[in-house]
Amino acid sequence: MSASSGSLPRYIVQRLLLVIPMMWILMTMVFLLMRVAPGDPISAALGGKLSPQALAAAKHRAGLDKPLIVQYWDYLSSVLHLNFGTTFTDNQPVIDVVRDNGGATVSLTLAAFIVALLLGIPLGLLAGRLRDTFPDVVIRIFGIVTYATPIFFSGLLLQIFVAPHLGLPTGGEASPETLFIVPERTHILLIDAFLSGDPASIGDVLKHIALPALTLGVGICGVFIRLVRVNILQTVQSDYVEAAQARGIARGKVMRNHALRNALVPVITVIGLQVALLLSGAVLTETTFNWPGLGQKLVQYILGRDYGAVQGIITIFALVVIVVSVLIDIVNALIDPRVRF
Amino acid sequence: MTPAIEGSPFDRSTPVIDVTDLRVWYGTTRGAIQAVDGVSLRLSPGETLGLVGESGCGKSTLGRGLMGLLPAGAKRDGQVLFRGRDILRMSEREAYGLRGTSVGMIFQEPLTRLNPLMRISEHFQETIAQHEPDLSKSEIRERALEALRLMGIPPTRYRSYPHEFSGGMRQRLMIALALVLRPAFIVADEPTTALDVLVEAQIIGILNDLRRNFDTALLLITHNLGIVAEACDRVAVMYAGQIVEQGSVTSVFGKPQHPYTRELLRSTISLSTTGLNYIPGSPPDLIDPPPGCRFHPRCPDAMRVCAGHDPVQTVRQGGGSVECWLSGPDELIPPGGTERLEREEIGVADEA
Repeated sequence: MSASSGSLPRYIVQRLLLVIPMMWILMTMVFLLMRVAPGDPISAALGGKLSPQALAAAKHRAGLDKPLIVQYWDYLSSVLHLNFGTTFTDNQPVIDVVRDNGGATVSLTLAAFIVALLLGIPLGLLAGRLRDTFPDVVIRIFGIVTYATPIFFSGLLLQIFVAPHLGLPTGGEASPETLFIVPERTHILLIDAFLSGDPASIGDVLKHIALPALTLGVGICGVFIRLVRVNILQTVQSDYVEAAQARGIARGKVMRNHALRNALVPVITVIGLQVALLLSGAVLTETTFNWPGLGQKLVQYILGRDYGAVQGIITIFALVVIVVSVLIDIVNALIDPRVRF
Repeated sequence: MTPAIEGSPFDRSTPVIDVTDLRVWYGTTRGAIQAVDGVSLRLSPGETLGLVGESGCGKSTLGRGLMGLLPAGAKRDGQVLFRGRDILRMSEREAYGLRGTSVGMIFQEPLTRLNPLMRISEHFQETIAQHEPDLSKSEIRERALEALRLMGIPPTRYRSYPHEFSGGMRQRLMIALALVLRPAFIVADEPTTALDVLVEAQIIGILNDLRRNFDTALLLITHNLGIVAEACDRVAVMYAGQIVEQGSVTSVFGKPQHPYTRELLRSTISLSTTGLNYIPGSPPDLIDPPPGCRFHPRCPDAMRVCAGHDPVQTVRQGGGSVECWLSGPDELIPPGGTERLEREEIGVADEA
């Protein structure tokens, strides 16, 4: 007993310490990728618009005339001070861009996860319990097809065929009135709407998020369908389930406490992995639904060749993925005692 | 300790479990596999019956068939009386209800039989609360700790997780879990196969105490004849889904009457024997078993009658029963049937 409870804090500390090398490697890769591109960011972004002198001054301001190793050091130390740089094109601190647009991405990601889990877990269980029957085959095909369909295509289909019938908006995070009424508190409109307590605003925000969340959620629910299906098939046939049946534990309880519970543990791990995928999926979904999130902003900066902004935003994306994966590891350790060793 | 045993009308002479002509078969694409083919056995309170035989002879299927733990698609037929009531004729719900309180099972692989996400305490709580819902938490805990104490597991480990125990301890945990509600009949399916020799001796000692202390009837499935000699009162030798010889351990092992029993005993490796003996060939395909005696293609003493006529169960000398033409009944053997079966006629290549 002491062995397991004593090792949990140690495990958490270990995982947290691992963040440092992970972060360093990721930042180095981001830095190198930005420098591999031919030319320099400033001339790419502003070349032709400014005089050579102004261009050189701009490069100097951005520190791009320094030796590579110095730039690398500057980048690392500024990130350490939570300074993610400024954008070249509109000269804003990256952290402000993230604060203003990140909320929309967070709410979209969370809503998509809810859709994916609400669809994926029950469908996966159903498919597993009805293995190799017609419903199982249909569910499996649904999972593969939705996973393989590009987000912008399925989003378009929903916009054309579903939105008019249900009266759902096809773009934006909320109608202008709502944006005007709801006071900004958390930078996450969904939460702000609930905090305002105005039912019309809440309804409006939920209506707006429905289609993007459905598009993104359905797009990744196939992963959960497959995962849950395979896991439930395994746990139902596991030795401990049979042993529980041999002890006369009621069938429903065996399913819940042994088969289902154990089958859902890997889902948590996959949620962590999906966060990264969802962030990239969000880029496409946000573009399709004109969602004012970080993904759309990122596309805008990429098209404007604003490497400063891209570097900053990707660094923050990487940070989010790392933090989520550490959180998932800790949650896993809390649920499954074997992980702690 | 439980009301089921205290004041029960069942004395030692009434069998706890009485199996008559049990058949278990699986449907496959090639045909039905007769895994258990007409087995009869009975066990009295406190008695241990060893069930031995080669791998694939139907030992485990028999044990699982008694527990009702057969894979989907398996079918049972015959009569299994548990204290006079036929388990096979009960509703599924009723038969399921017997598990844990009346019949229990100990498995071969203790490492995978406990849910890795559940503490030992949760396993006990779940099991006890299922069958005795009126018990309070502290009463459940008391019961569980008592069962653990009997297995030599300290109460400080009550809230540990399965992975924190060694293989031998986990098997003791499984036994404690199976015993906590004092079932009258336990099937132990190769409980020591996955364990090392020292732990094996310990587990066998525990099983021996068990029947002495609680009058538990134990069906001990094993391929280790030494364990049978050590722990069992009677032994049943199984071959190709049938029990070929059954009797007291001293009699069957001392004077085996079925050639299969004899060869099985000869194949046992011990320090005093030299060289390795084995029975040539392998157990028959249970979809299409050989006609007559199922052992005749591998039997060194096979006679002509063995190849064509099913052997009849006869009372063996020294008690018990045997199914072999060598033991009679002679009046049923057709003329010339006792002539030696020529090797060419056997038609089974020595694969070993």
